[in-house]
Parts: sequence; structure tokens; C-alpha cells
Amino acid sequence: MCMRVTDHIILGHDDTSKMIEITVDGKKIPAKEGEPILAALLAQDIMVNRYTVKRNEPRGLFCGIGQCTDCAMIVDGRANVRTCITPAVEGMVVETQHGYGIQEV
Amino acid sequence: MLTRELLVIGAGPAGLAAAIEAAKNGVKDILVCDLNMKAGGQLFKQIHKFFGSKEHNAGVRGIDQGVQMLKEAEELGIEIWLNSAVVGFFGDKIACIEQGQPDGTKKIVYMQPKTIVIATGAQENVVRFKGWTTPGVMGAGAAQTMINVNRVQPGKNIVMLGTGNVGLIVSYQLMQAGCNVVCIVEAAPGIGGYGVHASKVSRAGVPIYCSHTIKEVKGDGPDGRVSEVTIIGLDEKWQPIEGTEKTFEADTVTLAAGLKPVSDLVKLQDIEIVFNNAFGWVPVHNDKMQTTAKGIYVAGDTTGSEEANTAMEEGKLAGVSVAEELGYITMDEAKDQRDQIWDRLRGLRTGPFGEKRAIAKVVQMGKFPVD
Ligand SMILES: Cc1cc2nc3c(=O)[nH]c(=O)nc-3n(C[C@H](O)[C@H](O)[C@H](O)COP(=O)(O)OP(=O)(O)OC[C@H]3O[C@@H](n4cnc5c(N)ncnc54)[C@H](O)[C@@H]3O)c2cc1C
Ligand code: FES
Repeated sequence: MCMRVTDHIILGHDDTSKMIEITVDGKKIPAKEGEPILAALLAQDIMVNRYTVKRNEPRGLFCGIGQCTDCAMIVDGRANVRTCITPAVEGMVVETQHGYGIQEV
Repeated sequence: MLTRELLVIGAGPAGLAAAIEAAKNGVKDILVCDLNMKAGGQLFKQIHKFFGSKEHNAGVRGIDQGVQMLKEAEELGIEIWLNSAVVGFFGDKIACIEQGQPDGTKKIVYMQPKTIVIATGAQENVVRFKGWTTPGVMGAGAAQTMINVNRVQPGKNIVMLGTGNVGLIVSYQLMQAGCNVVCIVEAAPGIGGYGVHASKVSRAGVPIYCSHTIKEVKGDGPDGRVSEVTIIGLDEKWQPIEGTEKTFEADTVTLAAGLKPVSDLVKLQDIEIVFNNAFGWVPVHNDKMQTTAKGIYVAGDTTGSEEANTAMEEGKLAGVSVAEELGYITMDEAKDQRDQIWDRLRGLRTGPFGEKRAIAKVVQMGKFPVD
């Protein structure tokens, strides 16, 4: 289980007083207000963000700084959102992305 | 179309230093854009004291340096747009910016600034082995961002590849964050980084396997996550020696195999680039940090990955040069300031690691056309 680093020898205590709720693949999970969506997922041990277009292989966090797009998910209906650089907002709906994430119409 | 006297792309130490130095020298109406949620670039993950480069900020932690710079930028009235990536360049310095809106959406805006500093930093190199795309395999810097900035562990049991300073320091920081570092693997026969950092992790009981590499990562964990890592010994020609495999249980693999400049934007303008062994593909620039495109400057890891201190000094050089180009200071004033900065930069580029970079820089600058 991945854990939050609440107490740290150099960084001190992390303020987790402002918790919000987001929905991930239909399940409600807690998130620290304003933290990247990805961090909230990791804290719940959710490692896979998307499945690739051609081979349907799982992908998760690789760079953490918005450069690689491996963490892309569908957020509030928008596909290809890089969750490592997108803040979590109360009530946000996040879904695992399959391929390009284009919804069938 | 929007305009500015100076547009700085990237709010890392290089970009912030450029904006601050330009503002101090009179440049007004400065905008710094960054695609991340927070300003400071890689500084806020550097919780260790700076590498012992002489008197130069040695002993200062990157995080404290970051706080200081953001305060200075605010006092100087420098505008910073976060969640805002520069995604393209057109014609004569027209930047296309995906501007982050308060509601989380993006809006495309165009801006034609008088001058530009590109300070987009670096990204981590990947290493390919069987299973390298398995969820749980990530950059060492990514793991560092998770624990030190986002305050969440990327995993529990971690195999680190690479014993450069980043590999060693991040290993130690992962332990400080409560993770278990299973082992560190290094393809070269000896440790790459400083001995002090290596002995810190060794003393903590982490085995370091030199002349080894990762052979295979298995993804039999939950949702296909990393479950097992097999390493293998290498001979003096760096070829795997069958029968020397060792397998460890782990849920995470972190790669510390160096950085490469983020230079997509550089390539979109008519800027000359050059390849060198120390840095990879980098823009040609002169001692003012000016590129071969008029009005466009570069600084920091974009011009060759080094460290936070050198990034800041290069940023300062660019800031001074922008002030000179815009006529806020004279040629002589600008030269005086740059001479002092160059003295410090030369001081930073000494020692076994710095010297190689110093030579590469001379070659890189030597390609700048003389008129
Ligand atoms: C993950 C990582 C960890 C590191 N750890 C250390 C360490 O512990 N110690 C050390 O000395 N050095 C470390 N380094 C080296 C580090 O790069 C330098 O210390 C220093 O941060 C370089 O400064 P910079 O301003 O050039 O780049 P950065 O600090 O990387 O800043 C560049 C900024 O540009 C932004 N950006 C990129 N592209 C765009 C775009 N198109 N539009 C808008 N914004 C953009 C990025 O979001 C980023 O904030 C690390 C590097 C990385 C990548
Ligand atoms: S992990 Fe690379 S873009 Fe998010």
C-alpha cells in the first residue's frame, strides 16, 4: 500500500486538514485539496491511469512533471488530461482512459 | 494579440532568475509561463543541501532557494501564469500559450513578446529492458516529485537503476520518506556520483550492484503492476553474463540514467542546435545566452543539463542581456554584470563533473556565428 508522507524529517508535518472527495471509475476517494489528481490516486494504491491504443497495455506515472503523458485520464469528460499536473477539485469525475479516450457516440 | 517586453518560458530556477535579473535592470511587463501547478521547477524536490560547489550556495537546500526566488519575483511585480504551457511558436516570435483558467479548463492565447527566454528544463532518460513500460517503472525524479512535493510514496519496495548523484540522493530521500530501497543497480564498474552520497545509502544497508543491469521486470502485481525485478551481471564489454541473474521482489523501479534537455520549442524557431556528448542536442548560444534567433535567449537545463546553481547563473546572464537588448542598460553595464556572473559560473564548473561540462559549453558556444 502506498502511503502519504505525512511526517518528514526535513519537510515536517504535511497539512492534510483540507480533504475533498473525487470519483474515480465510479468509486469515491479522498484527495488533498489542490494536490495533483495523480497523488490522490497513488495514496489509494491506484497505479494504472490508462491503457494504450494499439496493444491495450496498462500505463502509469512515468515523469510526474507533465512531459510524458503516461498519466493521461478522462477528467470531467475531457480525455488526455495529464493527472500529474492537474489539481484535484471537489466532485471531480476521473476515469481510466482506454486508447484515445474518445467516447462512442 | 497580447504582447510583453519579456516572456519567460519555464518557472524553474533558470527562468525565475532570468525574470528577476531582467526586472532588477529595469525591464517591465514580464510574464513567466509554466505548465506545472507550482512555480519553482525542480527546486522544490531538492530537499538536500546543494552539492558542495565552493562558497556558492553550498549548504542551502533547493526548497529554501525556491521560496526566496518566488518572494523576490513577487516583490518585483513579475507575473506568473501557472498551468500554462507554451505549445507552439509561429512567425516572428509569436508564442501560442495554452493558458490555464481558474475552472481548470484551458484557453489558447497568442502573444508576441519583444524578447523571449526559453528555460524549459530537462526530462529524464529512459532505459529499455524487458518490461520497461510496466506500471511502477518510472523516472527517479518522478519518484522524488511524489515524495517531496506531493508527499505520497510511489511504491513500497523500490529498485533504483543508476548511481549518479540523482540515483544516490533520491535513494536516500526515498528512505527518508519511509520507502524500502531494495538495491541500487549500476552498469558501470564503479559508482557514478559523489562518495559521500554513496556511503550514506551503503551505511543504511542498501546493497549497490555495480557492473549489473536490469534484465527483466515482471508485471504480475495488482492491475499489472511491477512484481519482480531480475538483474544480471555485465562483463567488461558491458555484455550480460548468463547465470549471474538475481531476482528481487519489488513494486517499483526508478530510473536515474541522466537527463536530456527539453528543447522542442527551441527547434520550432529558427534556432541552430548542435549535438555534444555531455548534453545531447542543445541550442547554440553565445556568452549572453542569446540564440541564433534574434531576441530569443536560453538558460538552464534546456541548454545542457547541469544543476540548479548553474541554471540560476545562466538565467541571470539571460536576464541581463534582455535588459541590454531592450535598452535599459548600456553595453558596458551589461558586460560588467555578465563578467561577474561568468566568474561564478566558471567556479561552479570545476571538479570531475564540472570540468566535462565546462569543456562542452566552450564547444557549444564556439558554434555561435561571429559577425
Ligand atoms: C526530476 C528532476 C530532479 C532533479 N533533481 C535534482 C537534484 O536533486 N539536485 C540538482 O542539483 N539538480 C537536480 N535536477 C537537475 C535540475 O534540472 C536543475 O537543478 C535545475 O532545476 C534546472 O533548472 P531549470 O530552470 O533549467 O529547469 P527546471 O527546474 O526543470 O524548470 C523548467 C520549467 O519549465 C517548465 N516547462 C517546460 N516546458 C514548458 C512549456 N512548453 N511551457 C511552459 N512551461 C514549460 C517546467 O514545467 C518546469 O517548471 C533534477 C532534474 C529533474 C528533471
Ligand atoms: S507522468 Fe508524465 S505527464 Fe504525467
